[in-house]
Amino acid sequence: METVKKLFKKYGNDYFFLSFWLIIFTVFTLVPIGFAVGYSFTNFDMVQTPSFVGLSNYLRMFLDDDIFIKAFMNTMLFAVITGPLGYIMSFVVGWLINDLNRMTRTVLTFLFYSPTLLGSSYMMWLYLFSNDSYGLLNSWLINFGFIKDPVQWLTDPDFNIYVVIVVVLWGSMGAGFLSFVAGFQSLNKSYFEAGAIDGIRNRWQELWYITLPQMGPQLLIGAVLTISGSFAIGSQCIALTGFPSTDYSTHTLLLHIQDYSANRLEMGYASAIAVVLFVIMILSWLIINKAIKTFSHD
Amino acid sequence: MRKKKRTTRSGFGNAIAAIFLLLMGVFIALPIYYSIINAFKPTSELFLFPPRFVVYEPTFQNFLNVVRVQSQSLVPVERYLFNSVFITIVGTAGYVLIASMAAYPMAKRNFPGKKVIYYIVVFAILFRPEVTSLPQYMMMSKFNMLDTYWALIFPLLATSFGVFLMMQFMSTVPDEILEAARIDGAGEKYTFFHIVLPTVKPALLTLTIFNFVSAWSTAGSQFTYSETMKLLPTMLSQISTGSIMRAGVTAAGTVLLMLPSIIVFAVCQGSVIETMTHSGIKS
Repeated sequence: METVKKLFKKYGNDYFFLSFWLIIFTVFTLVPIGFAVGYSFTNFDMVQTPSFVGLSNYLRMFLDDDIFIKAFMNTMLFAVITGPLGYIMSFVVGWLINDLNRMTRTVLTFLFYSPTLLGSSYMMWLYLFSNDSYGLLNSWLINFGFIKDPVQWLTDPDFNIYVVIVVVLWGSMGAGFLSFVAGFQSLNKSYFEAGAIDGIRNRWQELWYITLPQMGPQLLIGAVLTISGSFAIGSQCIALTGFPSTDYSTHTLLLHIQDYSANRLEMGYASAIAVVLFVIMILSWLIINKAIKTFSHD
Repeated sequence: MRKKKRTTRSGFGNAIAAIFLLLMGVFIALPIYYSIINAFKPTSELFLFPPRFVVYEPTFQNFLNVVRVQSQSLVPVERYLFNSVFITIVGTAGYVLIASMAAYPMAKRNFPGKKVIYYIVVFAILFRPEVTSLPQYMMMSKFNMLDTYWALIFPLLATSFGVFLMMQFMSTVPDEILEAARIDGAGEKYTFFHIVLPTVKPALLTLTIFNFVSAWSTAGSQFTYSETMKLLPTMLSQISTGSIMRAGVTAAGTVLLMLPSIIVFAVCQGSVIETMTHSGIKS
């Protein structure tokens, strides 16, 4: 009892400060994720008392749900393309604008970040990729004689997934990009002078031997943010290609979860899909975290 | 003798860099520019073929029509506006307060469990609200919170990126200042509100902006379903699905909706960059 009192006196304030956020975070993020893991082994439907069904939800996904396989492949495709590309775009743009004067840099940072500020308004892309000949892209292609009839950019399964990729890339310079911009500005200038004396010949060598090793922390937070965005693609698909898209051509795991939870109320199955998504995200983070740490330590 | 400061880029390299930045800039700016000018086009120009990049007779009619179209709907436009403004203010102010309170002991104190919480905070950045929405939905339904303001506000408070940013920024506050306050007999609460908070102003602004933007653009929240609980972006997408003749109204609505976020960010960009300087994950 005495030690509890002592501990309280010593750390009570710290826990008090932490408690408001920690309690809300636990109740509305941590515990719900735990519940989802639990429900993924049941047939929960929001109405009846759930009963335990073992691994059958997981087996159903991979053996008996073609749409899941499609969503899974699309999610991986989106992540593998938009993740690395968006990350590299953010890094290269941040690197290049760092050499410009302050005013230009400020304006360009604002410009490249602005799609993130626009949130969920994809209206502008609908003008560009509109299926009829009033769509900007179609009218250009028709004018220059590349095509005769308008291409169904948003509904043709051969094209619409690439349209989504382009739009996701357009919005991929978010907080990670700002972190890179700030990181480049705070690099230790004397390293560059020392490097120049030690025989660094060009900007590529400078980037490789001086800049990158110092950017480790920014590269890490950029990676977390990139992973969190590129596996959470879904609302973009609905806004551009509708729900469900033609033959589920832009269906993702996130949309599959929404479909089974909001429309079909199969919460158990939806939870199992969510667990699969969580596991993929955590695994990719662990791998990339390891890779970046090894890379920036040598 | 002049010291060699830094290697310079070759002329060819400069040209490549300039072209790359230009192309990227056009890619980013074009859709935004096009949707802004569409908002000022009269109906006759909106459906010209081929589409034009300039407006010949700019008009404010579309903006006036936003209000007119909405006055015909069952729920007055003020209601959507109130909902969006309300959750944005409460969600942002609430989050900035609880996140900076949580960040203070994480950055400046030592207590049992700190390391575990640090890892949880970093890991949780991975999970955006979209990804956790199913688990949260089940939780809200248990608490009978669905279709209430709570259901719109709590998800904004239960994220960790702001705590992480604030924690990294606070760790740069010199220990000497806090030590001096302690010697002067200031309690932890006084130190936090009167010494720590004023020194982390850039981070407070940054958290405000990030939370403002995500609250303001919260579109179709899955946690509310009645018309009176819907938000501005939802209203906008309802207008746009109304009829093709609403294209101008939709364009005007889009511009109106993005204005606040753009203004807030443009004004505080300096503070955001200053905060992001400390945003790295140190290993």
